[in-house]
Amino acid sequence: MSIFVNKETRLVVQGITGKEGQFHTRACAEYGTRVVAGVTPGKGGQKMDAIPVFDTVAAAVAATGADASMIFVPPPFAADAIMEAADARVPLVVCITEGIPVMDMLRVKNYLAGKPVRLIGPNCPGIITPGECKIGIMPGAIHKPGSIGVVSRSGTLTYEAVHALTGIGLGQSTCIGIGGDPVNGTNFIDCLGAFQADPATSGIVMIGEIGGNAEEEAAAFIKANVTKPVVGFIAGLTAPPGRRMGHAGAIISGRSGTGQSKVAALRENGITVCPNLADLGDVCAQALRA
Amino acid sequence: MKIHEYQAKELFRRHGVAVPEGAVAFSLEEARAVASRLGAFPVVVKAQIHAGGRGKGGGVKVARDQSQLDASAAGILGMNLVTRQTGPEGRRVKKILIEQGLDIAKELYLSILPDRATAQMIIMASEAGGMDIEEVAEKTPHRIIKILVNPLLGIQAYHLRAAAYGLNLPAEAVKPFMALLKSLFQLCVAYDCSLVEINPLVLTANQRVLALDAKMDFDDNALYRHPDVQAFRDLDEENPTEVEASRYHLNYIHLGGDGNVGNMVNGAGLAMATMDCIKLAGGKPVNFLDVGGGASAEQIENGFRILQSDPHVKAILINIFGGILRCDRLANGVVQAARKVGIRVPVIIRMEGTNLEEGRRILAESGLNLINAADLKDAAQKLQGVIQQP
Repeated sequence: MSIFVNKETRLVVQGITGKEGQFHTRACAEYGTRVVAGVTPGKGGQKMDAIPVFDTVAAAVAATGADASMIFVPPPFAADAIMEAADARVPLVVCITEGIPVMDMLRVKNYLAGKPVRLIGPNCPGIITPGECKIGIMPGAIHKPGSIGVVSRSGTLTYEAVHALTGIGLGQSTCIGIGGDPVNGTNFIDCLGAFQADPATSGIVMIGEIGGNAEEEAAAFIKANVTKPVVGFIAGLTAPPGRRMGHAGAIISGRSGTGQSKVAALRENGITVCPNLADLGDVCAQALRA
Repeated sequence: MKIHEYQAKELFRRHGVAVPEGAVAFSLEEARAVASRLGAFPVVVKAQIHAGGRGKGGGVKVARDQSQLDASAAGILGMNLVTRQTGPEGRRVKKILIEQGLDIAKELYLSILPDRATAQMIIMASEAGGMDIEEVAEKTPHRIIKILVNPLLGIQAYHLRAAAYGLNLPAEAVKPFMALLKSLFQLCVAYDCSLVEINPLVLTANQRVLALDAKMDFDDNALYRHPDVQAFRDLDEENPTEVEASRYHLNYIHLGGDGNVGNMVNGAGLAMATMDCIKLAGGKPVNFLDVGGGASAEQIENGFRILQSDPHVKAILINIFGGILRCDRLANGVVQAARKVGIRVPVIIRMEGTNLEEGRRILAESGLNLINAADLKDAAQKLQGVIQQP
């Protein structure tokens, strides 16, 4: 078992003929993901490797039964691509694109509200159920099937966590990068709830960073709803206020969104916090080994 | 991206948000010319820098006659203005805004921004104008009105009324206030602002409503569709090292202070976590530098050169988790850079991930004095050893 994606997932790639789209589509297919279609407006009827390309998501879904989408469309067109996928009734949309304007994401988020679609990202590495399905840009080889769920706002920190887990012999049920933007789709709480409900997940690693209050909300949710052990890590305790630390969402605004307040919220709610990335393996070994 | 008050007021004026008469001046002569065009005293002289708290720092002065104008303009132009937002080093003032003085009856606070928690636009207004709004929010939260606006719906008349009546405006000021708020909201959305703030918004004795101050911050991701805003960029207000790094598309942030360890990392989250590791190892990060997932050897070389050019840097930690950015490419970039610019301080390299063995081989065979770390823990220990040396 796993959450959101598995070996049955049928993937359509929006922006499949671009450089990034081609490169990562191949890596996903090599990993074993069932890539059934691609979409590039104006290139309908062509093929990328053996994968049929369509002009619209609706046409791709009608012809192939795709039930998940991965988006590599450039930022000015990415919001439109997400809404097109939702409109074509694709239940899971994974948007890798970095650099989408916040105003665009506000409209997308409100457009998706109430629709039967889950958005992961944008500005994220994607989602992987090791050994079954990889939708995104993460290096597949570092993962190992197992029972730890990983959810993170950062790409490379997800890889660090997975690497640390695999290194101590703990495999992963599903790993999700929810993205570094201030307005995103799936949040920590969605993933925590799904991991709690997934019988194949025995423990959770949650990686947050400065900016916003998603970690504080997640901490309260864990206390009320999650019985499985959770290890938390927060990046950016040395970040100065008012500066965007690479991710559009990683900014301390005035006095809110500090790493210290997030660490405190996790601790107050009884969650194990790993204070140093270098110790993540040790802390996970202690807290998550059954 | 930040812009100056005078630039924000130019956008306000163009979009129907009332502001006092005035113009920017780069010299005493220009300041005198603006004042004479305004035609009457008092005028207000305001330092133009990208930081708040200018008034308290002595960067805003009222001039009631010509001699006061001369004294204020000459005093502020060229001064090193220190405010709570500039840090102790302060900021050199190179331009001033000269504005008509107003007969102020009441000061209000008004701001609009996208609210990440609710994915709505949020309007914040308060009768506690002219004060530090964070302090008001902390101590007297009931004094702040918050109005959420669905971005698909846009601003409606009832939103405007909620703000106007919530602020207890006198009857004559309600209509001009609502017109101003509507224009300001549309401006905020049209220009992809991450914040529009007026503090204070003033009511004059004759019931006019004007933006006495103006702050606009823009979403960097949306600048591609606002060439007029890009033209407002003021390189004088940015850190020179950051400006140089941006030429190579490096995401570099100078942290200032008494940092002593430079670092180069791939990925924003890992870069932040690496800064934290440096602190835990007893050092102080001098910078944030995310070279990204697709960094070229040239970018790595320039990043390395920029880090080494900082005289405060005592050691450099390079921390790469190779996914898309492979370890061999990183190693080649570092070796190439080190050969060109030399190695001035100890350089510790921790690599993990794709093509790790090949990367390590390249570093080992280079014959360069690069300190290879087995893992992050080892890197932290080696860093500690290096910075503890006198």
